[in-house]
This record gives sequence, C-alpha cells and structure tokens, in this order.
Amino acid sequence: MAEIEIVSLKKSFNGNKVLDGVNLKIEKGTTCVIIGRSGCGKSVLLKHIEGILKPDDGKVFVDSKDISRLNSKGLNALRMRIGMVFQGGALFDSLSVAENVGFGLLENLCLDEKEVEKRVKESLGLVGLAGISGFMPSVLSGGMKKRVSLARALCIKPEIILYDEPTTGVDPITADSINVLIRELHDKLKTTSVVVTHDMKSAYGIADKIAMLYQGKIIAEGSPSEIQDTANPVVYQFINGLAHGPITE
Amino acid sequence: MIVNFFETIGEKTLAFFRLLGGLTGLISQAFYWTFIPPFKKGRIFEQAKRAGIDSLPIVSLIALFIGIIMALQTAYQMQRLGSEMYIASIVAVSIVREFGPVVTALVVAGRIGASIAAEIGSMQVTEQIDALQTLAVNPVKYLVVPRFLALSLMLPLLTLYADIIGIFGGYLICTSKLGISPTMYMQITFDALLYKDLFTGLLKTVFFGMLIAFVSCYEGFNVEGGAEGVGRATTRAVVTSFILIITADCFFTALFYFIFP
Repeated sequence: MAEIEIVSLKKSFNGNKVLDGVNLKIEKGTTCVIIGRSGCGKSVLLKHIEGILKPDDGKVFVDSKDISRLNSKGLNALRMRIGMVFQGGALFDSLSVAENVGFGLLENLCLDEKEVEKRVKESLGLVGLAGISGFMPSVLSGGMKKRVSLARALCIKPEIILYDEPTTGVDPITADSINVLIRELHDKLKTTSVVVTHDMKSAYGIADKIAMLYQGKIIAEGSPSEIQDTANPVVYQFINGLAHGPITE
Repeated sequence: MIVNFFETIGEKTLAFFRLLGGLTGLISQAFYWTFIPPFKKGRIFEQAKRAGIDSLPIVSLIALFIGIIMALQTAYQMQRLGSEMYIASIVAVSIVREFGPVVTALVVAGRIGASIAAEIGSMQVTEQIDALQTLAVNPVKYLVVPRFLALSLMLPLLTLYADIIGIFGGYLICTSKLGISPTMYMQITFDALLYKDLFTGLLKTVFFGMLIAFVSCYEGFNVEGGAEGVGRATTRAVVTSFILIITADCFFTALFYFIFP
C-alpha cells in the first residue's frame, strides 16, 4: 500500500462541495505536487492528510492507518511523524524563532533543553537560517517565515512533509531557493513530500508526480513530462496559464 | 416585512442556540483537558499576570471613583433624613455585595475578554491554531485551560482589591467632606459587613471569570474572514460577556437571597 492513500474523499463547507471524491496514492519517499486554481481545495486536501479536517465521506490512509479512526493519542503520534509548512508560515507570534522551531519537541517529548537547542540549531541550519534563533517572527520577511516554518516541521524529524504553497508570495529568487531547498531536503532526508502549489515552475522542479485537482476531483496525474505532454484541455490551459479555455468558459 | 421580522427572530434564536451548543462543547473539553497531564503552571501564571496584575491600575481607578460616587449619592439622600452615619454601611454593603463583583467583571470582560478574543481570532486566521494541531498540541489545552483557570482565580482577587479601594473612596469623602471621623467610618463599615456578603460577592466572580474566558475563547476560535472577522468576534465577545455577566448576577443575587436570607 502507498504511504498516503486518499479514497473517495468528500468535503463540503456550508453546502459548497470543495472535495467531491478525491482519489490519490502517494508512494513512500516520493514528492507529489498537487496543482490547481486558488480556492479549488488543495489546502483542504492537505489538512485532511494531517487529520485537522474530518472527511464528510471517504477515507485517508497514512501508512495503512485510517486516520479518521484514530483516537486523539493515535492521531498525535501520527502527527509527530508528519511536518507541515504553512502558506503564511503560521509561526506563533508570541514565541521567538527558536521557541517556534523547538515547540513540537518541548510539548511532546521529554527531551532536555540542551538536546532541544541542538535540534533547533540543526533544523535552522538545514534551511540556511542558523543565526536568527532569538528573532521574533514579526521582524522576518515572508521568505524567512516560510523557511522557519519548514525548520519547525523538520525539527520533529518527520517521515512526511506537507507544503502548503511554499513559493507563493515570495520573489522569484527566493521561490527558486525554496524549491532547491525542498529538493535537497528530500534527497538528504528521504522523506515523502506533498506539495500544494499553483506555481508550475516550482512543480516541474521538485515533483516526482504531479496531480491536478479540479472541481473537487483529481482529473490528471503523472510525471512532470507526462503532465507537460497532456491532451487534457483543462490541464493544458492551467499549466500554460492561458486566460481562455475550458476552465474559464 | 412580517416575514423579515420572523426571519430575524429565527436567525437570532438559531445563533443563540449555536452559541449555547458551542460553549457547552468548549466548556466540557476545557474541564477534561484541565486534568490531563502535562500541567504547565507557567502558562497559567502568565495569564494570571495579564488578567490580574496588569488590570490593577484600571480596576483601582474605577473602584475608587465608584466608592466616591456611591458616598456622594448616598449622602445626598441621607443628609435629608439626618442619617449620615448610614453612608459608610450602605457604601460597604453595596460595593462588597454588588458593585465590586459586577464592575470588576465588566472591566475585565472589556479589557481581557477583548484581548483573548482578538489574540485567538488572529491565531485562527493566520492558521496558528492549525499549526498547534499539526505539532500534536491540543488548542483547548494550550489556549483555553490556562485562560479559564487564570481568570476564575484572578477575578475574585481583583474583586477583593476593588472592594477595598471602593470602600476607601467612600472613606475619603466621608472623612474629608461629611465630618465623619475615620475611626467611626471604619467601625460602621466593619459592623455592617457580614461574612456572607463577602463570600457571596466573591463566589459569583469565579463564575464570571469562567464566563469571560469561555465566551472570549469561543468567539476567537470561531472567527471567519480576516481582520474584519477578528474585529467582529472581539465585539461579540465583549457584548456577550456583558449580557451573560449581568444575567448571571441577577440569577446569583436571587439564589443567594433565598439561600442566605
């Protein structure tokens, strides 16, 4: 069985169907990029993998476990194996960078302060921000916040990392450096990564597999080259960023 | 127009029951998580400092003026009857039984309740609550439990402090302007006050503290939209807390009237 398997997942908010039967398999150690227009439900899909949202119907299996059947203890144990990088960073305003990065360890594991400090330094080093431990999130740029958010996810040594629009809202150079970082971390740590984005350059640069979410369903999936050669007019319009086509008609 | 009228009533009734259901869920979760380890005292002390020590200046100011106003208004009536000696007892009993608890609760609801709703609301819209969950931390345990424990502990202490300052306000007026000697003022005050006055006054503030914490946290968690949503939730938290405090006060006053006649 794949490390992450989503089966007929359905979710609505106030009667508005966001996910309408999503099926997707993500193999261990691969990077899957989920593309789609803004507001199509990509982040909602990620939050189901973390167990933050509960499906209306369908199932999400992580490591063969149906996460909607896990109790809070089981869910927390699973969450300590999954790191999530939020679109805006979602750093805790009242805590310093070091406290943010070490938060998961301090709250859940009985590690002494020196061990936590060491892991925090390691994680910040991995994202290239070794010297900013004492800074508060409010003084960081958008790109730095995303990197600190990634460091926070890495600090718990996750087997799976979920990225919610990691390159949105940053300049092209920072976006590319984040892509390089995702690729490097994937090669170095052998994690399974799920990246949600609508940045096609980023998608081609980091994906082993690309899946497109449209109208609540996965309408196409394949390697970056297969997606680029697609015959599906919806996928074609999206990946080429065309104003006219089936999506906008 | 009639349809709109009934629609509005229906919407308000539904909103009230949603609030009631949501609050009940939050309260039961908060009580559950209060007894689940690990227990981090530091967070409770931090919230207690914010709610208690940092509120001292505003509580002092308001309690002092209420004491002064009470003494002057009572003097206005009592001087007509030639019964100025009763001013001290009326001020003391009114403040300890009613004004101290209610005014302190309203001040804390405005100051701390608004800040809790805005803080948790901002965390909600910036996905910090989701981030807590992804790091295997329960948001109710991390955010609600320390606030509700701190408020239900600090509000009685703040009220006791407000009672003393309020009585001191009355003392200032009576001894400086109405010709009552300091010793006599204090003697009348202590003679008039019974333990049950202090006990009933402080007991209800424990519930007021919980009300403020739960309503504010609930509104914060249910923020929708961005900054505008946070603003609306903050207003709702303060208004709902005010209404519930006054309603609960009415209930407790009636209850204590019959239990401790």
